[in-house]
Amino acid sequence: MTQYDVELIDVTKEFPAKRQDGLVRAVDNVSLQIEAGEFFALLGPSGCGKTTTLRMIAGFEDTTSGQILIRGSAVQHIPPFHRPVNTVFQDYALFPHMTVIQNIMFGLEMEGVNKQEARKRAQEALELVRLPQVVNRKPRQLSGGQQQRVALARALVKKPAVLLLDEPLGALDLKLRQAMQYELKTMQKSLGITFIFVTHDQEEAMTMADRIAVMDQGKVLQVGKPEEIYEAPSTKFVADFIGETNFIKGHVGEIGEQFSTVQMDDKSAFKAVVGEDLHVSAGQEITVALRPEKLNLFRLKGTIEYEEGSTESAESYKAALLRDPNINLIRGTVKQAVYIGTDTRYVLRIAGNQDIVARIQNFGLRSDTVFEQDEVVNIFWNAENGRVLLQ
Amino acid sequence: MAGQTLAQHGKIRYNQGAIRRDMWVRKIGKFGLLFNPVVVYFFLWAPILVLIVFSFNAGESVSTWEGFTLKWYGNIFANTLAAGTEAARFSTELMLSSVKNSLIVSISATTISTIIGTMVALSLERGHFPGKKFLDAVLYLPVIIPEITQGISLALFFKVIFDWVSLQSPDLRPTSGFGTIIIAHVAFSVSYVTIVVRARLSDMNPRYEEAARDLGANEWRTFWRVTFPLILPGVLAGALLAFTISLDDFVVTFFNSGVGTTTLPIFVYGLLKTRVPPEINAISTLMLIASTILVGSSLILQGRGADK
Repeated sequence: MTQYDVELIDVTKEFPAKRQDGLVRAVDNVSLQIEAGEFFALLGPSGCGKTTTLRMIAGFEDTTSGQILIRGSAVQHIPPFHRPVNTVFQDYALFPHMTVIQNIMFGLEMEGVNKQEARKRAQEALELVRLPQVVNRKPRQLSGGQQQRVALARALVKKPAVLLLDEPLGALDLKLRQAMQYELKTMQKSLGITFIFVTHDQEEAMTMADRIAVMDQGKVLQVGKPEEIYEAPSTKFVADFIGETNFIKGHVGEIGEQFSTVQMDDKSAFKAVVGEDLHVSAGQEITVALRPEKLNLFRLKGTIEYEEGSTESAESYKAALLRDPNINLIRGTVKQAVYIGTDTRYVLRIAGNQDIVARIQNFGLRSDTVFEQDEVVNIFWNAENGRVLLQ
Repeated sequence: MAGQTLAQHGKIRYNQGAIRRDMWVRKIGKFGLLFNPVVVYFFLWAPILVLIVFSFNAGESVSTWEGFTLKWYGNIFANTLAAGTEAARFSTELMLSSVKNSLIVSISATTISTIIGTMVALSLERGHFPGKKFLDAVLYLPVIIPEITQGISLALFFKVIFDWVSLQSPDLRPTSGFGTIIIAHVAFSVSYVTIVVRARLSDMNPRYEEAARDLGANEWRTFWRVTFPLILPGVLAGALLAFTISLDDFVVTFFNSGVGTTTLPIFVYGLLKTRVPPEINAISTLMLIASTILVGSSLILQGRGADK
């Protein structure tokens, strides 16, 4: 059996409800296995139970039922100050009455490390987070980004088995956040410490994490690598929460080995992937998730220009596409076109009065890639990009 | 399109009459905002100002100004009082001994009530136990019930205890004195300390304590290394408030004092039987200055680092 750094087995947490009698289930039967050296993200909207899960691992909250194992031993009855984990808090929680170095030395003093040794190690930790010059300042004299680094140094100086980060970059502005994402990732890889971090920002989770657990209403919906979660979401919630997604309604037609056909309301159909653990039957009402950037558009008539200068008529281009069994091709009407810099976002009305969004990258505003309001266009995509989900 | 049919283009007409009226209302409001505090503070401070001014009045009258003097301040430290029936009851020594008594009572009561009050604040703010809500409500009782009720109830309480003790062992004859006054003062000042410390605690980010525990501090060390330093300004502010209230207290002390425990407020009251000798103004002014300094420090401490 693999030894996990952190393992949650059927962990449930109930809180007394605020306004009425009874209990609220903040974390519902969560099981997770986090391997040593992994950068693991708990991702979900606020109130989904991700922070409570983190706080149970840290020891600030008791579990209602279930087991939490750290390096193989159960920790439910071990107080936070005896657990081999340390936390970087969302608002950093640097002690305001202590200087930076005193903050970092605090954890070492609690271990009984003598002052000289503690000071030396705290200094090293500050160098690790590239902030050696602020030793004797008070936390309130530091910028948000600096406080964040000090909080990181304060936790890392304890050499924890697992580092927990609660929305670590939430309070920073965009540029700084992006820089810190990269830095945290690099630091984690070089230290080899398991990081578990909580975030509601899907982009942050995708950027930093090796694996992501998407949570909603106390449950873990899907666990996987960022690309798995993005390309093959298992539920509508996951598809919707991670990036922008089109949901196309339809009925299951023919069930095939690689692709099944999806019948839209008015006889037009396309092919989509049915996940292995999803059991559908012909005629069943389903939803297909399809990312806007996977869609391509071209005119019904006219010519298509290629980069190297050659051209092709729209008709022959279409005929070539239709010969490929993996390509779906439908028609749609442009309802709205919004230019957003890197790409143009089209809202298209397709069969069954459904609107879908397509994002077309702006390689150069060539006449054959700019579409007019109310123009009918061809829409095509590779069938493996559409995934069938239950309602 | 809908947007084109709804939008009206052209010059916008303003209702000049309504604008003029509203500008007037604004002017009146601005004046009122300035004037209001002036009036309120005049009512609050005028009597006190009169007292301070007349403590420097050359004449004995408390209603007509007859020139500046420091005579009354001199008198109270020179063993004399302006001629009158009160003179017999006054001596600087007696006054200073009442100041000493006041300080004994206030310092003891403040120390005890600060310790108890801080502990109560901690358990009300951090603890979870049955009856917490009830205790929370009862906490404000000593602040809101009339002082005379509290004074009499404490006196009765001590009487019952003393009678019971005398019955058990006739050799012991407990009487009112410093003990009873200090206990009585603790009884009302604990509430003030608790309220101030609690406000500080509830302002404090609970993450600090969690961070300390996360870094390996048990509850005891978390309290002394993190919680206590952070609430210390609140504790000191509560202590100063309790000290001031205790130092100035008359009613509760009056009902619970014994022989030889005359505090300054009781001593002053004793001089007032038939008229107000001008030296009273001087003593009162000195007490006022002391209290103002204490309350001021308390407020500064409460405000300090409130944003942390």
